[in-house]
Amino acid sequence: MNNIKQDHASASTEFNKDEAHVDWHDETLWFVRSKRDKAVFQIPEWEQLREAGSQIKNHVLSNMHDYLVEFEKKATENGIKIHWAADGQEHNEIVYSIIKNEGVNRMVKSKSMLTEECHLNEFLKEKGVEVIDSDLGERIVQMRQEPPSHIVLPAIHLKRAEVGETFHQHLGTEKGATDPQYLTEAARQHLRDTFLSRKVALTGVNFAIAETGGFVVCTNEGNADMGVHLADVHIASMGFEKIIPKVEHLGVFLRLLARSATGQPITTFSSHFHKPRAGQKMHIIIVDNGRTKQLGRPDFRNSLKCIRCAACFNTCPVYRRSGGHSYHTAIAGPIGSILAPNLDMARNADLPFASTLCGSCSNVCPVKIDIHEQLYKWRQVLVQEGHVSSVKSLGIKSMSTILSSPSFYRTAGKLGRFLMKNSPFMTNNNLNVWYQHRDMPDVPKESFREWFIREKGGK
Amino acid sequence: MSSREKILSAIKTNQPDYQELNVQFKFESVYENLYEKFAEMLSFVGGKAMEVNSYEEIKADVRLHYHDVTNIATTIDELSELADFSLNIADPHDLETLNLAIIEGDFAVAENAAIWVSEKQLPHRALPMITQYLAIVIHKSAIITNMHRAYERVKVNETGFGTFISGPSKTADIEQSLVIGAHGARGLMVYVMN
Repeated sequence: MNNIKQDHASASTEFNKDEAHVDWHDETLWFVRSKRDKAVFQIPEWEQLREAGSQIKNHVLSNMHDYLVEFEKKATENGIKIHWAADGQEHNEIVYSIIKNEGVNRMVKSKSMLTEECHLNEFLKEKGVEVIDSDLGERIVQMRQEPPSHIVLPAIHLKRAEVGETFHQHLGTEKGATDPQYLTEAARQHLRDTFLSRKVALTGVNFAIAETGGFVVCTNEGNADMGVHLADVHIASMGFEKIIPKVEHLGVFLRLLARSATGQPITTFSSHFHKPRAGQKMHIIIVDNGRTKQLGRPDFRNSLKCIRCAACFNTCPVYRRSGGHSYHTAIAGPIGSILAPNLDMARNADLPFASTLCGSCSNVCPVKIDIHEQLYKWRQVLVQEGHVSSVKSLGIKSMSTILSSPSFYRTAGKLGRFLMKNSPFMTNNNLNVWYQHRDMPDVPKESFREWFIREKGGK
Repeated sequence: MSSREKILSAIKTNQPDYQELNVQFKFESVYENLYEKFAEMLSFVGGKAMEVNSYEEIKADVRLHYHDVTNIATTIDELSELADFSLNIADPHDLETLNLAIIEGDFAVAENAAIWVSEKQLPHRALPMITQYLAIVIHKSAIITNMHRAYERVKVNETGFGTFISGPSKTADIEQSLVIGAHGARGLMVYVMN
């Protein structure tokens, strides 16, 4: 695994240098969270729906093997070819072999976070295959050679002027143009040519139905549909956790997904695929890439219930003020921070610390994943496995020594108060990471214990 | 061992103990007037609903609103005189120049203005997305309350493809500014037949 350029804290420091931009980012995402609330409050049974979503997913995790076998059987009967990929590399090779088999070197792709996780675009580029991402936000970041910063709003870190400049360079729009309507129209024309000329199209999968061997893809732009209905080959890539037992369970998930994501009552298109159209070939690639391992971790397995709505991103005070790129992983935000350490603990050890543990993520999660509790548990695992910096682990170790001995605690408290009062430079310096963003508090004259003994006579 | 066997056997080993599914997962939605709720939600998602009593009224409205539009296709026999574009083609790429498609919807959902269309209504899967503008005709009696009822009503695997369409295609990927007409239709008109 590649080393990261910057950990979350240093990348966030960079991001926070432009204060006006951070404020805008923060407010824009909070606006999306507010739209979610407005949509949710119109559904009196919302909490029961979340419980249903959660229980259905718990049930699926406990019967994953049989549901996958059932799905494979039914999909095969429907005329869909099923492939299994143990990791990202195998997934990418399967995609490449399908493209090569068609004798083409171009593909159009709608949003699939799984292919980001597998680094499919880079892999295919090396093989000489051109991939065009057709979701508008993804196309913008692709032109800029950046990864998406948000799983639902891939270009949310960019201002319209930046998008305008990118389109001016790549699509020949007028210099200085910033009108979203005009820019979107330019992308529409450009991508329409792409849709009309690609023989292979790849999509993600929102839900795969064991009972019928079909799958559902949700978009607002219609880009997944435009791609696959005009292509000779449809490849759908899915993590195995996308499975649900029955069609009737879609009622729960389609009611939860878009409301949680953007505050819409449902996405514009919720397309159900069961058979290739006449003359078309349809493939599904079922990917593991660390998911079986996560399934075997009792504390972390329910992160696999995620339906990728990104409500936890939009509500997170840390995400909103640090931006998606500071997470250096395909899936950012709170959910990404509990998924990423499973894939590579050393590389992603900083992410579970990118949280205030306020719990807002768990409160908005439509399938009730205990996200903030898992962040807290990951911290413990990471310290035990030696994946945190010596400053942090030394701090934790000394706190543990101090807090486990009452007399040591009292002496250390006295010493601390004395130093902060008489030699403030001992704490107010840049070696103290806490001081870098905060003033140290005024020093109290006495500890609570001293006050209590004085006031209540120790009784 | 193939990846299939490897993955399935790891799942079998690692999945938690079997957990029964006995939670309530269907709910009632109560709306005073299903058509009004549907029309309100359709307007919220960027579409427009209009009550009509006959195909003549639809024809008149299409002629009024799309008066200089050519390349119109329809799957509805009663509206065939509006069409100057045949859907009797083999290759969906030939739909590229289509400006307006008028199709039938199977049923509609009041809570989210979603309309189910499948290969029963669509001669080409690409039709409702590739057209510049889309109009759907539904029957008022075919408006139901919510998605739970929708999945009781539809057999999703009866055909190879079906989709819920809620409003025209849209995006807010540039600074969260809503733009109608991303890759699919730029506008959605729904005629609701009494």
